[in-house]
Amino acid sequence: MSQHSATTLRPDLQLIADWIPARARVLDLGCGDGALLAHLQSHKQVVGYGVEIDVGNIARCVTAGVNAVQGDLEAGLADFHDGSFDHVILSQTIQAMQHTEEILLEMLRVGREAIVTFPNFGFWENRWQILQGHMPVSETIPYQWYDTPNIHWCMLGDFEALCAKNGIGVLERVVMNEGRRIRVLPNLRGSLAFYRVARRG
Amino acid sequence: MSTTESSVGIVSAQQALFDVPLDLACGKTLTSYQLIFETYGELNAAKSNAILICHALSGHHHAAGRYQPDDKSPGWWDSMIGPGKPIDTRRFFVVALNNLGGCHGSTGPSSINPATRQPWGSAFPVVTVPDWVMAQARLADRLGIDRWAAIIGGSLGGMQALQWSIDYPDRAANAIVIASAPKLSAQNIAFNDVARQAILTDPDFHGGDFYQNDAIPRRGLRLARMLGHITYLSDDGMGEKFGRMLRSGEYKFGYDVEFEIESYLRYQGDKFSDYFDANTYLLMTKALDYFDPAKDHGGDLVVALKKATANFLVASFTSDWRFSPLRSRELVQGLIAADKRVAYGEIESTHGHDAFLMTDQPYVDLMRAYLDRVAKEVAA
Repeated sequence: MSQHSATTLRPDLQLIADWIPARARVLDLGCGDGALLAHLQSHKQVVGYGVEIDVGNIARCVTAGVNAVQGDLEAGLADFHDGSFDHVILSQTIQAMQHTEEILLEMLRVGREAIVTFPNFGFWENRWQILQGHMPVSETIPYQWYDTPNIHWCMLGDFEALCAKNGIGVLERVVMNEGRRIRVLPNLRGSLAFYRVARRG
Repeated sequence: MSTTESSVGIVSAQQALFDVPLDLACGKTLTSYQLIFETYGELNAAKSNAILICHALSGHHHAAGRYQPDDKSPGWWDSMIGPGKPIDTRRFFVVALNNLGGCHGSTGPSSINPATRQPWGSAFPVVTVPDWVMAQARLADRLGIDRWAAIIGGSLGGMQALQWSIDYPDRAANAIVIASAPKLSAQNIAFNDVARQAILTDPDFHGGDFYQNDAIPRRGLRLARMLGHITYLSDDGMGEKFGRMLRSGEYKFGYDVEFEIESYLRYQGDKFSDYFDANTYLLMTKALDYFDPAKDHGGDLVVALKKATANFLVASFTSDWRFSPLRSRELVQGLIAADKRVAYGEIESTHGHDAFLMTDQPYVDLMRAYLDRVAKEVAA
């Protein structure tokens, strides 16, 4: 149906897609050109909506046959009712947000589960660059310190502490580097973190 | 797809007469009426590629092309409709009509009432958006169109597209609702009432029966249009275009036209009062005020929208304060809650409410992307 179904999904998006059950209601925050939702629609028959700040991407989502609403995540998710989604996805964006804690709470207001992914600042290459006297620049952090959109860096433990503080439980955690899953010393060896979280109780 | 855009060329209007009575929301009945319309492009064999264009407050059926090669300006949405344009007439069969109550050829207050052989005037019933949609459905029947590939409108036109999706869910595959609202705010109604008061209190209005008195409530229409025009532009847009520019370069310390903005508004008002009917203006503003599809569904927009099966494109413009993005978001929220397929664009523009008639690139691109998808859906 969509033009994306024939192409392969970016590995990090594929991992997220694997976490979504068939026919789920999915909200993808910062959905870009709609690749993930198009994939989920054609492979898992999900009911999906995306939120995207860039109007050019709204047009790309239209072309991909994906529902997309132009909006700024910093303003919250007022367009969406409480508990109206099974899964709310925020992919590699939380570190660039002003209202980090608020968006996490908003995700779990409108959704039963939240999927949050972010570049792990604790990755050894980042630590090494800091030891050499520089802010890290890498594949997952491709910006210089003076022009980066990323303002809220965290490591695995930091994110988990934020969840705990808000009564949010971690259902599943995967840490990757270069498309491979990292099981040993993930906070040191993993460059990208994936969390599936939900409200406790 | 070619990127060359051109005009639909020379067009002409058609008339359709209807003698099956139309029961209106106000309780009155129009026993017979005529609708004037234009079409562009060809209806395909499956009759699946038809698009209905719904006009706004002062619009009409002449949406694209020219009547004569030397016409000063083309139809009101010529920028959007034509070969290679977003509403591509090489793929779509486009129908644009003048609504009931209009003053451009469809039955309205300035038409002759067959019962009295006099202009309808004050006797013309108040028509609503659902009434229009019912009349448009009869025109669709006449043209052999069971299901529109898309129904498109800006402002009051967007309300008709939305109403179609609720009243005739099987007949609207897509609804494109631009710079519109699921209902007017108090502020918006207030502007409409000031415009109406300007007309109603004009001594030349004669309670709506000015035709018989050889009078035209020109002053009222002019004021109504001037007020409307202010609300259709943004502060920034007006500032950019006119600023505090003076016509003669210096203050005259009087009440004649001094600032360019005054000159512009008076010109627009004069031009409008030359061709527009005062009763039609009143009617159109009432149709805007009454529009509230949620009202028939316990005041719940989500319940109203549940009936729709169309896919929706909703668009608003950042500097539009008469139909602000918030009003469009209200619709989008309802559509999402009702599980409808929707795309929403909030277009950066300085053109205010008028932006829906302009060609800001992101707006044109979004329309093009959406209508490309529509064309694929209906194999146009």
